[in-house]
Amino acid sequence: MRAMFTVFAKEFLENLRDRRTLISALLFGPLFGPLLFGAMVSRMLNQSVVESDEPLHLTVSGREHAPGLVRYLESQGVQLIFASLSESSARAAVRSGAAQVVVILPMDYGPRFTAALPAPVLLVADSADSQTRKSADRARLLLTAYGSGVAQLRLQVRGISPLLAMPLTVNEIDVATPTGRAVVVLGLMTYFVLFAVLMGGLYLAIDSTAGERERGSLEALLSLPVARGSLVGGKILATCAYMCLSLAISLTAFVFVFRFVPLERLGMSANLGVSTALTFFAICVPFVPLGAALMTFVASFTRSYREAQTYLTTVLLVPTLPIAFASIYSLKTKSSLMFIPSLSQHLLMTSVLKDEPIAVFDVVASAGSSALFALMLILLTARHWRRETMLG
Amino acid sequence: MIEATALYKRFGNVAAVSDVSFAARDGEITGLLGPNGAGKSTCLRMLYGVLTPDSGSARIDGIDIRGATSAARAHLGVLPHAAGLYNNLTARENVDYFGSLQGMARGGLRRRTAELVRALGMEAFIDRRVKGFSQGQRIKVALARALVHDPENLILDEPTNGLDVMAIRSLRELLHALKNQGRCILFSSHVMQEVAALCDRVVIIGAGRVLADGTPQAIREASGTRTLEEAFLSVLANSEGAS
Repeated sequence: MRAMFTVFAKEFLENLRDRRTLISALLFGPLFGPLLFGAMVSRMLNQSVVESDEPLHLTVSGREHAPGLVRYLESQGVQLIFASLSESSARAAVRSGAAQVVVILPMDYGPRFTAALPAPVLLVADSADSQTRKSADRARLLLTAYGSGVAQLRLQVRGISPLLAMPLTVNEIDVATPTGRAVVVLGLMTYFVLFAVLMGGLYLAIDSTAGERERGSLEALLSLPVARGSLVGGKILATCAYMCLSLAISLTAFVFVFRFVPLERLGMSANLGVSTALTFFAICVPFVPLGAALMTFVASFTRSYREAQTYLTTVLLVPTLPIAFASIYSLKTKSSLMFIPSLSQHLLMTSVLKDEPIAVFDVVASAGSSALFALMLILLTARHWRRETMLG
Repeated sequence: MIEATALYKRFGNVAAVSDVSFAARDGEITGLLGPNGAGKSTCLRMLYGVLTPDSGSARIDGIDIRGATSAARAHLGVLPHAAGLYNNLTARENVDYFGSLQGMARGGLRRRTAELVRALGMEAFIDRRVKGFSQGQRIKVALARALVHDPENLILDEPTNGLDVMAIRSLRELLHALKNQGRCILFSSHVMQEVAALCDRVVIIGAGRVLADGTPQAIREASGTRTLEEAFLSVLANSEGAS
């Protein structure tokens, strides 16, 4: 026990003096997520606010063929730019970005419209560009509205009730709460939190294993009358301490970012105050020993810093897999999922953000399964350290 | 007292050490001499317990070294071939770390470190971070680390590697002083002059076997040569002829 503490204290102190560890564990790792997140959400905010306020710009070619339609568009507040484009030059203009959305009214529009035959309208837009796709959607809505207006007039003129042509009325009721909508965005946040946890211990896990071997201090250490389990335990404990620090810094940064990002303007309410941050901390703490043990285990097999770094960057991706699966299959919180580490932490944090009630069983299952996996990995690591191949 | 009894170790299909037996006695300096790849380091590693012999035994003061918490380790100080230090710690912190892992109390550790600082002449750099130390300073710290728990036995694997003349000289004086305190010292080398100047007893190893074991004088006489170097070459040549 005393040996374990000695190892812990030495690893903690030694890495506190290492600039590389400090930058990655306590600066880059924990702050990367909050900053990126803040920037992303602010950008999304600006975009959506700008879009609804801004008038729609349309380039119209062949206005003389459809004066009625052009008048309608103008009455709807659309900024029209008149041009004379062929289909191919319209394509080129959209592709090059010279025009966003082009509406072409061909020569036979007039005759067909008068003959009450479907009149052709060409809408040229680039659906791969999210900006113009939205403009195209708005243009399509306007064209459809104009079309159905004309259709109703035609039916009335012929003495037929326009209602006959409307067999259904669809009323949509969106049950998404403002917070629920926010969760789509906030799902990213839980990943950043887990990323910060792992980054906090990354360099320590490498330094205390592969680093020990690379600088040639391992053999002297192994010749001491200390149980290998104590060495491994002390090292993993120190890694855990840095991971907890990183987690705390990251959550603090998130609380700050949420102060400055006005999520309410997106119709979202996100409740990340100090108490939520503390709850997040409690949810994530059981994941800390698991991450530390996993990284130490993998790094113990490597011979050099460089090699360890290569393998551990892959390990950093491991906790994202269950989260990615969860969002692809849009898994709902279920008790059976609480036995999967990282996914359970993700689901619990999401529930907290949504203000949903959390079952005690789920919390216990999440913490318990993570602790169990951690214990298994710690034992495996200690077993590897007892082997003489550990000398390398 | 350090004893190797019928040590045997193979890596894959290669027998690195086969049937090595010898003893290093208290109050003597024993040199393990052999060409590169003869199995010196493997032998020493079994003696300080980081490798487990396939058969045979390694004992320190009569206690088997096997098992990480074996009491034998407390009686043994080790300077491995790669004696790396922790660069972000001071020399004192490096020494304290090992002392603490040896189970020493704080007060005893402070007294002992002060002794070692004096004996090894480390006053100028004991409280500086190890990063940027010269090879000579590094060896001193590594030696202090190996001696911190005042062990009766000391194993050094090629301790003079990379040292300049002055550093080798002070190391030699230190080993003499330790020997005069009645300690048992076993070190490996492939440098003949070093062994001739230091050792009371020489064990020559070639291809994983003991080829000769005795005082430098006895080995010279047995091979009918004037210098230890000639004796060494003749012993090696004989063993190659025989195999």
